[in-house]
Amino acid sequence: MLDDKDRIFRNLYGFHDWGLKGARERGAWDGTKAILERGRDAIVNEVKNSGLRGRGGAGFPTGLKWSFMPKQSDGRPHYLVINADESEPGTCKDREIMRNDPHLLVEGCLIAACAMGVNTGYIYVRGEFIRERERLQAAVDEAYEARLIGKNNVNGWDFDLYVHHGAGAYICGEETALLESLEGKKGQPRLKPPFPANVGLYGCPTTVNNVESIAVVPDIMRRGAAWFAGIGRPNNTGTKLFCISGHVEKPCNVEEAMGIPLRELLEKHAGGVRGGWDNLLAVIPGGSSMPLIPAGPDQCDTLLMDFDGCRDKKSALGTAAVIVMDKSTDIVRAMTRIAYFYRHESCGQCTPCREGVGWMWRVLTRMAEGRAQKKEIDMLMQVTQQIEGHTICAFGDGAAWPVQGLLRHFRPEIERRIDEYTAQADELGVRDPAPLDAQAAE
Amino acid sequence: MSVRRLAPPEQQPKDFAFSRANLEWAQAQVKKYPEGRQQSAVIPLLWRAQEQAGGWLPEAAIRHVADFLGLAHIRALEVATFYTMFNLEPVGKFHVQLCGTTPCRLRGADDLEKLCKKKIGEQGHVTEDGKFSWVEVECLGACVNAPMVQINADYYEDLTKESFNQILDALAAGKKPKPGPQVKRQLSAPAGGPTTLVADVPAAKKSSATSSKSKPKSN
Repeated sequence: MLDDKDRIFRNLYGFHDWGLKGARERGAWDGTKAILERGRDAIVNEVKNSGLRGRGGAGFPTGLKWSFMPKQSDGRPHYLVINADESEPGTCKDREIMRNDPHLLVEGCLIAACAMGVNTGYIYVRGEFIRERERLQAAVDEAYEARLIGKNNVNGWDFDLYVHHGAGAYICGEETALLESLEGKKGQPRLKPPFPANVGLYGCPTTVNNVESIAVVPDIMRRGAAWFAGIGRPNNTGTKLFCISGHVEKPCNVEEAMGIPLRELLEKHAGGVRGGWDNLLAVIPGGSSMPLIPAGPDQCDTLLMDFDGCRDKKSALGTAAVIVMDKSTDIVRAMTRIAYFYRHESCGQCTPCREGVGWMWRVLTRMAEGRAQKKEIDMLMQVTQQIEGHTICAFGDGAAWPVQGLLRHFRPEIERRIDEYTAQADELGVRDPAPLDAQAAE
Repeated sequence: MSVRRLAPPEQQPKDFAFSRANLEWAQAQVKKYPEGRQQSAVIPLLWRAQEQAGGWLPEAAIRHVADFLGLAHIRALEVATFYTMFNLEPVGKFHVQLCGTTPCRLRGADDLEKLCKKKIGEQGHVTEDGKFSWVEVECLGACVNAPMVQINADYYEDLTKESFNQILDALAAGKKPKPGPQVKRQLSAPAGGPTTLVADVPAAKKSSATSSKSKPKSN
C-alpha cells in the first residue's frame, strides 16, 4: 500500500482546513518562487522525467504536451485551460480536489503557466458543481489577496486565473468542445489539426489539462521527478485518485499507487465486493467509456490498475473510476443505461454518433428483455465499429466501447434472454408487447 | 442528443431585465475575458438570468443576455437550448435533479425515482403549490456517494428512500436539511472512517465538516 507520506492529496476527505492557511501547513505554496526560477525548460523536463501521464482519461504524457507549446510567442497570448468538467460516469475525483485541496490546483496552474509562457488561465468547472466552484473561487481570491498569483506577484511570474463554468454538457469534457464552450458557443468538438497547442482558445496557443494532472505538479516539483517515477511501474508512474463506486461495501475515493491490483484496491479501501470476491460479476475500470472486464482468473483476478494493466485486459484506465457490479446486476440493463447516457449526451455534430448511439440504445433495450434476434448481436457489433473512429472526437469511441465490452464478454447472457423470450411465444408466434398492451387496454 | 424547445408563448413573460445588482455583476464578468471576446460570458450570464427568473429561462431573458453581450439572438438561443442545465420551462421552487446513470442505478436510484413519481408526479411536472419539480439527469459526478440528487445548488448523497423522503418533507416544511452524505460518513471517505491518512485525522473532527475563515465571494 502507498505510504501516507507519499500521498499528495492530504486533505482528500476534507477533515482539515481547505483554505490558504491549512494548505500551507500541508506544504502547498512552499518554495514556489524557487521552482519558477528554475526556468521553463527545467520545469517541463522535470514533469517529463516524472512520467506523469494525463489523469483525464487519455493518459497522454503531460510534460510532452507542455513541450508542444510554442517557445516564443508570435504576438498571440498563450492560454492554460483546466478541464474541471468532470462528468464521466463513475468519476468524482476532481470534485474532491476543488473543494478540499483547491490550492494544490491553483499553485499547479501557476507552475504550468510559467512552464508554457502563459499569463492567463481559465478553469472550466462543470455547471452542476456550484458549491465546488464557489470554494475554488474562494481559493483563487485568497491566492490573489496573498499576491501569490496576479500581476507583480511574489512568485515572479505574472498570471491571472479565472474560474469559468459550463451548464450541463458531458461533451464539454472533450478539450476542443470545452474551448468552444469557453468561447461562448455550443460545445461541439473541433476538427484536429490544428491542435490547441497551435490554434486553441480564441485562436491562440492553448494547453488543456485535467485538474488532477495539474494538482500533482507542485509536489512533483518539490519532491523531484525521481520520487514520482519511483511509485508504480515504468510508463505507469505516480499516485492516482481512484473512485470506487457500485457494489462494494464502502464506496469511496482513495489515493493509491498506480498498478495496485484491483482486488487489493477494493478490499483494502472499499470493504471488498458486496458478498465477497466470488460474488463479483464485472468491473468497469475507468469510467463508463471503457469496456467492462468480467470476473475470472485471467480477468479481474489479475488486473493491475494502471494504463498498461487495463490495456492487457482490452480495456483502459481512463479516469480510474472503478464501477463494481456484483452477481445481482442485470448487466444488460446496466450497459443499456450507459448507452442511454451517450444517446443523451451526443452533441449531434457527426452522423455516425448522433444516429448510432440512439440506435445502439434502442437495440440494447430490446435485448435486455430478450426481444431481439440473435443475428442482431452481430449487427450491433458492426454498428459499434462503424461509429468507432468515424467521428470528429473520441465520444463516438467512448460510446461504442462499453457496448463492445458487453458483447465480447456477455454474449451468452444475451442469447439466453433471447431464447427465454422466444420460448414464451404464444400460438401466433408473436410476443411483441406493444399489440398485447394495446389489447389489454381495450 | 436531446431536443429542447422553448416554453410555449402563453407561459413566456413579456420582458426581462437584469436587476441592478445582477447588471453590475454581469459587467464584472465580461472583464474576465479579453477585449472583443465578451461572448465567453454567455453561459454565466444566462445562468444568472435563470436564477433571477425563478429557476427557468424565459425567451425574453435569453434575448436580454444576447443584447447585453452584443450578440445575435440566435447565438444565445442556441447556447440556451444546447446546455441541459438551462430549464426552458418553469420549475418548482425546489427543483430535484435525480442522477439516473449506472453507478447511481446500481445503488438504488430506482427507489428514488419511484418516490419522485409518487410525491411530485411525472418528470417536468410542477406540483400545484409550486414547490417541487423533478427531472432525471445524467451523471452528476458524486458516484462514490450514490445514489444522490441535486436540489437547486446542493447535493444530497448516500440517500435511501427514507432519507430522501425526509429531505423532501423538510424542504416542504420550509426547513433547510443538511446537504452532503445522509449517512454517517465524511464526504467521500469510506463509511466508518478512512483507511488512509488515518494519523492525520484529528479526533475531534472525525465527523464534522470542513471549516475555514474565508467565505466564498461571488464568482
